[in-house]
Amino acid sequence: MSTIAMPEPDAGVLARAPQIIAALEAALPAGTVISSPEETRAYECDALTAYRCPPLAVVLPRTTEEVATAMRVCHELRVPVVPRGAGTSLAGGALPTADSVVIGTMRLREILEVDTANRFIRVQTGVTNLAVSAELEVQGFFYAPDPSSQLACTIAGNIAMNSGGAHCLKYGVTTNNLMGVRIVMATGDIVELGGPLPGVSGLDLVGLICGSEGQLAIVTEATLRIVPKPEGARPVLIGFDSAETAGECVGRIIRSGLLPVAIEYMDDVCLRAVEAFVKAGYPNCAAVLIVEVEGSEAEIDHQIERIRLIAEELNPVEFRASRTAEESLAIWKGRKSAFGAMGRLGDYLCLDGTVPVSKLPHTLKRIGELSKAYGLEVANVFHAGDGNMHPLILFDANAPGELERAEEFGADILRLCVDVGGCLTGEHGVGIEKRDLMTKQYTADDLAIQMEIKSVFDPAWLLNPAKVFPLEVSQPHRHAAARCP
Amino acid sequence: MQTNFTDTQLADPATRRSNEILRSCVHCGFCTATCPTYKVLGDELDSPRGRIYLIKDMLENNKVPDERTVTHIDRCLSCLSCMTTCPSGVHYMHLIDHAREYIEKTYKRRWDERALRWLLAKILPYPGRFRLALIGARLARPFRKLLPDARLRAMLEMAPDFIPPASENDRPQSFSAIGARRKRVALLIGCAQRALNTDINDATIRLLRRHGCEVVIPKGIGCCGALTHHMGKVEESHAMAAANVRAIVHELDGEGLDAVVINTSGCGTTVKDYAHLLRDHPIADDAARVAALAKDVTEIMADLGLNDPFHAEPLRVAYHAACSLQHGQQIRSAPKDLLRAAGFEVVEPRDSHICCGSAGTYNLMQPAISSELKDRKLATIEATRPQVISAGNIGCMMQISSATEIPLVHTVELLDWATGGPKPRSIANAVTVKMRELPACRC
Ligand SMILES: Cc1cc2nc3c(=O)[nH]c(=O)nc-3n(C[C@H](O)[C@H](O)[C@H](O)COP(=O)(O)OP(=O)(O)OC[C@H]3O[C@@H](n4cnc5c(N)ncnc54)[C@H](O)[C@@H]3O)c2cc1C
Ligand code: SF4
Ligand code: SF4
Repeated sequence: MSTIAMPEPDAGVLARAPQIIAALEAALPAGTVISSPEETRAYECDALTAYRCPPLAVVLPRTTEEVATAMRVCHELRVPVVPRGAGTSLAGGALPTADSVVIGTMRLREILEVDTANRFIRVQTGVTNLAVSAELEVQGFFYAPDPSSQLACTIAGNIAMNSGGAHCLKYGVTTNNLMGVRIVMATGDIVELGGPLPGVSGLDLVGLICGSEGQLAIVTEATLRIVPKPEGARPVLIGFDSAETAGECVGRIIRSGLLPVAIEYMDDVCLRAVEAFVKAGYPNCAAVLIVEVEGSEAEIDHQIERIRLIAEELNPVEFRASRTAEESLAIWKGRKSAFGAMGRLGDYLCLDGTVPVSKLPHTLKRIGELSKAYGLEVANVFHAGDGNMHPLILFDANAPGELERAEEFGADILRLCVDVGGCLTGEHGVGIEKRDLMTKQYTADDLAIQMEIKSVFDPAWLLNPAKVFPLEVSQPHRHAAARCP
Repeated sequence: MQTNFTDTQLADPATRRSNEILRSCVHCGFCTATCPTYKVLGDELDSPRGRIYLIKDMLENNKVPDERTVTHIDRCLSCLSCMTTCPSGVHYMHLIDHAREYIEKTYKRRWDERALRWLLAKILPYPGRFRLALIGARLARPFRKLLPDARLRAMLEMAPDFIPPASENDRPQSFSAIGARRKRVALLIGCAQRALNTDINDATIRLLRRHGCEVVIPKGIGCCGALTHHMGKVEESHAMAAANVRAIVHELDGEGLDAVVINTSGCGTTVKDYAHLLRDHPIADDAARVAALAKDVTEIMADLGLNDPFHAEPLRVAYHAACSLQHGQQIRSAPKDLLRAAGFEVVEPRDSHICCGSAGTYNLMQPAISSELKDRKLATIEATRPQVISAGNIGCMMQISSATEIPLVHTVELLDWATGGPKPRSIANAVTVKMRELPACRC
């Protein structure tokens, strides 16, 4: 396939496949274990389809206890486990290995408790992100982190990847909204961490689980902070004739002390695709910002006025403030369909890195130069307010060599992010996609500490193998774990 | 997604089309969230993305599908909710149609399954045979517990208490417009619907005439082919579609037609796709002309505008969106707007985008999933406390009415009533149409 290597599957595990499957089937209710090669194939990848490998089996439990049973069997038989939610990861986080058992938590779909007085909701983690907010709609509350994939992605995946979205500029990402979890440890033990009450004494273990990408435990329940819906919210759309000026405008808005709910950026490649797809009526220019502010009518008007003054110093080609709900929908329409519209142009690789907001203009310029050098078109559509970039590299998956070129281009962009003081991932996680770049971001000591922590939770290194830590760096740990009894 | 077809495989037009569709899927998984079977079963293999994968594997490798693959594909309702959701415009309908055809050609089903499919294909599309079968089923219903097969039981349970005699209005003829003629339209009188409920066509004819349409029942018109098409039985479905095309084109080239009106949205989706269905047929061009003229009855009514409404009682109507209307034809607001314009209070159940489980012959072939979806649908509908339920598709009407006391009518029956027609039979028959005081429901 392509450039990111996966370890050789454990021949011993493969040889024992029939016994492993039989043990899982014996321990779990009928209809829980999938093992025929025709069927496991559908679980061979997530939304990063360039990397695929059918697992040995797939287990779809319905309760935390069944998850624990499956984990216990896998632990006893020393079989690697790959947790899976909705499989929308763009980083290959849910990619199986041939010697692994996928444990999917998508059947754990109950809303367990809603408490608006104490502002939390407790759910099983197979609930989708959007279903959480839908549940709260009538009470006038919502769950703030809103990945573009919120219709489909599950709370489990959100916690594992510490996902974010357009609204996170104001409300924070998953980790800022996660209060407690129920987890199944690698051994099959069930543990509760945190809970609905504020105030944490001792180590912040919930914080440790959030963003751990299925390396430490399987999360089956979560207590999430919920927030009241604002009185109102309205976006403005600002068009610029250069990407750098748009980037500059983002910096100036943030510096002014305003805190919009969202600042979203779309460049011309993306604008063209979106116009062709949904005819959102966006201006024909180099870059567009969508800035959303919320509050009472008067507060909204005041904030929009301040944004207008900031933008006007930079000579925008268009400044359009929404006055009605319809106009707001029209402004958001194109942004919300951006990924779909890009999908219609062909295959894409969606990257995810962060840069300091002040470095946006420089980074955008460099990405443009790299695009020319690699001969691959790139579209930029991202959460600009917190410098979370999502360059989409367009390529043709059926053309030999193009994926590899796109991947090299992507790696260069992520290195650029780190060089300007940013980070490899804003919200999609490391998975396999950025695994080998971790040494660019972290020193050997940093990584050693992270791996020590993993060893505490998962001494046999069975959970989500070959992700996050570069293979050569994790080799000693995996080797040692393989020999432990 | 990357695909792996050889040039020889791509020489086949059907495979070429499927390759195009597969290439447009980016495997984002959005569609899983709104797929009814995934909601019920929670297995990616019973989701659009999983089925796309199974189909890809089957077609790329020229595989004779195994039983499991066939089961997952059979479980698809063809509700097309996934197409509404997909941001990348993946044409799932053409892909699953191809898969069904492929399975029908390459896979040998068990004898009882084959017999059942053969029976359905030989009965449902023919109103005369179907009427007889319904009468027989009604007689046999008391003995249904003796049947070993849940599917056969489902069939007997489906037979309604009242089976109407054939309607004179469904014979080939022409009904003149009342007042000045604004349009000349052909009415697709359908097949199973005609045997189950003759009020719908009667109401449609009255409604259209009252709004200035001359309504033609073309000679030779019959089943649109959808029922057999969804079973992958190409020969039968193409023959039926072609017969309809000929019947309609005869009128089109004669006195002319402004539209082909369809009041069973399941059929509408298929007729609108005739250009694709018959693309390799000698009458492909005519098929495209017919497809271009096909309109759901609410589309044409929205176009004509409702005249002189408010003759009916202002009932609280729960509008059930048939999947073939909301997803297959992307018609969402027209029926609701018309009902409101007609003076009714319109309410919509939560999760209105999710199928009721009827889906053509699905309720007969997959009774377990179907009845789970029916229960979910009813719970959400009843939570809106309606006095009447309205829908634009006979399949949904049968499915939902089989489990509730609330009267169920076709949208045109309400529109007809509001503009001067008779009170719909099921409303008149209901002892009292009262506000149902149901406890607040959290579904
Ligand atoms: C079109 C598109 C747009 C997207 N937009 C955004 C965006 O705006 N913001 C954003 O943050 N992300 C975005 N994503 C990425 C993705 O949706 C998120 O990473 C999401 O949180 C993944 O959730 P999931 O349920 O699909 O998890 P999966 O993809 O199934 O898994 C993701 C990771 O979580 C682990 N995991 C899954 N379940 C568990 C569990 N129960 N316990 C422990 N670990 C588990 C897996 O092993 C894997 O490492 C987008 C993806 C797509 C395809
Ligand atoms: S939503 Fe569309 S592109 Fe995404 S997986 Fe489903 S069919 Fe494919
Ligand atoms: S047509 Fe309906 S049942 Fe079939 S895959 Fe699509 S959403 Fe699911």
